[in-house]
Formats: sequence, C-alpha cells, structure tokens
Amino acid sequence: MKVIIMGCSRVGAQLAGMLDAEGHNVTIMDVEPYSFRKLPQTFKGVALVGNGLEDEALKKAGIEEADVFVSTTQGDNRNVMACQIAKHIYHVPKVVSRIYDPIREEMYRNLGLDTVSPTRVVADLLKDRIEG
Amino acid sequence: MYIIVVGGGEVGYHLSKILLNDGHEVLILEQDASRCERLTEELGAIVHRGDGCEATTLDSVGTGRADMLVAVTDGDEDNLVACQVAKHKFNVPRTIARMTNPNNETIFKALGIDATVSSTNLILAHIEQELPSHPLIPLLKLRSGTFEVVEVKVPPGSGVVGKKIGSFRMPKGSIVLLVIGKEKDPFIPTDDTVLEAEDEVVAITSAENEEAMRAILSGK
Repeated sequence: MKVIIMGCSRVGAQLAGMLDAEGHNVTIMDVEPYSFRKLPQTFKGVALVGNGLEDEALKKAGIEEADVFVSTTQGDNRNVMACQIAKHIYHVPKVVSRIYDPIREEMYRNLGLDTVSPTRVVADLLKDRIEG
Repeated sequence: MYIIVVGGGEVGYHLSKILLNDGHEVLILEQDASRCERLTEELGAIVHRGDGCEATTLDSVGTGRADMLVAVTDGDEDNLVACQVAKHKFNVPRTIARMTNPNNETIFKALGIDATVSSTNLILAHIEQELPSHPLIPLLKLRSGTFEVVEVKVPPGSGVVGKKIGSFRMPKGSIVLLVIGKEKDPFIPTDDTVLEAEDEVVAITSAENEEAMRAILSGK
C-alpha cells in the first residue's frame, strides 16, 4: 500500500516505522525537517518537508496514487482540513484523522471522516485500569 | 442579525466595528486574554474569550440562534473548522471564512462553506486593475461561479474600434452591459453603439468564454 502520513509527531513517526517495516510504501510529511529525527534508523520510506494543506506538497508526496492518508499533526484543525482535502478532493480510499477534542471528533465522524480521538481512547484505557 | 466573529485580530476588530455601527448584534470570540481586554475597552462587552472552533465555547455564546458566523483568524484551517462546527453542530444558516491561501477557495466551497474571502485575491484584483497590460479584468464572480463580470479596455489597435457592437459575434452566453467612454458618462449600449479606442467595456461572460471575449475585444 502507498501510505502518506502528515505530521512527524511521535505517533506519526512510530506509525511510519511500523508500516515501513511491514513493507508498505510510506511517505511522511512535516513542515519542520528537525522532526524527522524521531523516525527509526531503519526507516526506508520518504521523509518530505512540506505542508499537507498545500496542493503542491500533496502532489509531490504522491497523493494521487495514495491508498491511505493519515494526519497526525499536533493541530486538530490541520488534521481535519488535510483529511477532508485527501478524502473529498483527491478521493484517497482510506483517510484517518487524529482529533484530540472528543466533541470535534464526534462531529467529523458523523460527517463521514474516519477519526481517532487519543483523548477518548486513553481516558477509556485509564478508566479500565483503575477499575480493573 | 446576530453575527459571531471568530478571531479578534485587526480584521475581526474593524469588521465588528462596522457591523455594530450597522446595528447588528455582534459577538467576538478571541483566545488571547490581553487582546480580549483591548477589544472590550474599544468596543464594549461583546468579547468572549475562547476557542471559536470548540463546540462548548460556541454553545456558551448562543451560536444556535446566530444568523451568521464569520471566521477571520489568520489560520485557514481554523477558519474552516469554526465554520464547519457552526454549520453542522449549530445549523448556522450562513458561514463565511477568510483565507490567506487563495487555492483553498475550491476546497472550502466543496466542504460546504457558504462564502470565502481571500485577502490575497482581493489585493491581486486591485493590482490587476491598475496594470494596463492586463486587458481583461475580472470584477466579480457571480455566486454560482459560472458567470463573471469583467472589464475590458479596448486597445487603440483593436479590430473592434469604429465598429458596431451588433456587428461582431460575442461568445455564447456573453453580453455587453456597459460602455464607459473616455469623456462620456457610462451608458448601456445597443447593437448600434460604435466602440472607440480606450472605451472601457463591462461585460458578463462565462468562465470558459473569458478567453474568447478577451480576444474579440482586444482585437487579437
């Protein structure tokens, strides 16, 4: 699969490493080249400096042939906008967005985006631990 | 009308001031505390500190009864989300987003934002009006996006100089609305109106015929 990850955060870098190790074709984007230091030494994919909200950068990353687009920047709004571009403009088959704010996450899920709210997921896990 | 303005920067401030003067009920959402204080001093108690993209904030300022939400922060993605939350969670009838990157216009439209304002495009349009080398100036894009109001200055060497408007074939769906002569008052032309060099012609045309229109009037 060709996978584009926007945002080389800890989660983004970790995910890029995992998918790359499984043999997928991974391109990770970030506006800050320094953030690529988080990628594992063994990463064989493409690390691209660019803004995933801009057409030119997305095309350079190969969005037109991408099977998967994941946004893992620190900003909910950036993630949401990038994913909507990937889904509605470039028709990438699988698009997943990280959204910290659970309320916003619920809204965009209802609007048809595939979303993950770390806030909700981690809170649930912690609650299970406490009660378990 | 009850209008919520997201972003209390310079654009938000001046916009709110005008809207208040026009008698509208205005509320500004701004995240920065000191900026909120300054706005309150200048405009009165119409400022609420908070994130205009958060549903809880929007709920607390009564977004459900708002007639319009205008997002004018300097982040395009923040403006998009503020408008989408207003629209989908609070059914605000009309949302307007400011954008810095003019390429976002089509994206915002596709994602359901009612209107967009690009300061970059506005400045560009003004520059183009000032540039004599630009023969066809887009004045206004009509809401549907298929028709445009354009202005053309007839250059001295053009083949249409001295000819009647009715004598040359306009592209389909195009019509000349107004002729502004060099020393004449603007007037609505007929088929018998003879064009002169330096006449400014205001016409309506479809986007795909823009090029053909330019070619006919500039005589190339």
